[in-house]
Amino acid sequence: MASKWISRLDERTGIVGVYKTVFDRKIPKVNWWFTLGSASLFLFSVQVVTGILLSVYYVPSPDHAYDSVQYIMTGVQFGWLIRGIHHWAASLMVLVVFLHMLRVFFYGAYKYPREITWVTGVVLLLATLGMGFTGYLLPWNQKAYWATTVGTSIAGTVPGIGDFILRALRGGTDLSAVTLTRFFAAHVWMLPLVILTVIGIHLYLVIRNGISAVPKDHE
Amino acid sequence: MSESDAVNASRRKFVTATAAAVGAVMGTVVGVPALGYLASPALEAGGTDAWVPLGKLDSFPVAVPTPFSFTRSRVNGWDKSTRSYTVYVLRDEAGVKVLSSRCTHLSCQVTWQADQNAFTCPCHDAKFGAQGEVLHGPPPKPLDTYETKIEDGTLLIRVVEA
Repeated sequence: MASKWISRLDERTGIVGVYKTVFDRKIPKVNWWFTLGSASLFLFSVQVVTGILLSVYYVPSPDHAYDSVQYIMTGVQFGWLIRGIHHWAASLMVLVVFLHMLRVFFYGAYKYPREITWVTGVVLLLATLGMGFTGYLLPWNQKAYWATTVGTSIAGTVPGIGDFILRALRGGTDLSAVTLTRFFAAHVWMLPLVILTVIGIHLYLVIRNGISAVPKDHE
Repeated sequence: MSESDAVNASRRKFVTATAAAVGAVMGTVVGVPALGYLASPALEAGGTDAWVPLGKLDSFPVAVPTPFSFTRSRVNGWDKSTRSYTVYVLRDEAGVKVLSSRCTHLSCQVTWQADQNAFTCPCHDAKFGAQGEVLHGPPPKPLDTYETKIEDGTLLIRVVEA
């Protein structure tokens, strides 16, 4: 019954071919370190879902950011859970993405023909760190405020253009309402768009080129 | 089908079933709270129902509608707001009556005009008598009254907010 419907659907969409290409790929004998990319993708999905849920109640304004987060934690049913998952999955994602990068590096999996996959991966690593940096300010508590003050000050030490970078990040000389809204925009619109696009390229390349085997001794 | 193929097939089946089960559990653990999270404000009772003290009954003059103003603060999510109320206390031999100052036509603020012996509404020239009855103009019904009670000589009114 089900297979009849699947074959009807496949006749019109080619969905089975897509499924086989994506999930029934031939892979060499690998180990558990090769699951870190999938783990990163899973954590990103978790962040998208919980992040969208948080945006239902969060307000990116100095007057209301802190209060709205308090409301999520104490006033909204399961708000503590949704924010908790977003918080912990964020830290875990930075860790997992970094370990994924180390795995690829130490197994030499970045070599021909997978250089572009590596480069897109570097973009994804940096965008993930950017998500961590911008998301950290949003609760607008003391830790968030001063961590961002320090972080943007560090960016300001770049020779020559440091002052410009500092002002561009903060939207002025000081941390303000303008900083909060531009970090919010970066966190929920710009960086997610970059990450989604580059994940698409990254996955296409992984599927097209296949994954590399564990290097043998003396290789 | 060789023996190792059979082992692989059953292994594959097991992995698929386990992945589906774990996925279903995780989907439920996050999905159900997510629905509660989204519906949360709709599930709350909302509104308030409180007895507000207006002061000693003896302090209100007899037979003259006397205005009394107060504000009530409320918290809606992360937003704190206040709402102002003006009520008229009318004390006579029969007891005490507390009238709302909102015109029953379009909710403008009515005020007691002693010289006209009436509440007048600035919006559409409505007039109400001292007991709140309609004397003139478009209001469909008399001024609203508050439920009252007296405790230890203090007058209280019941304020219900939606």
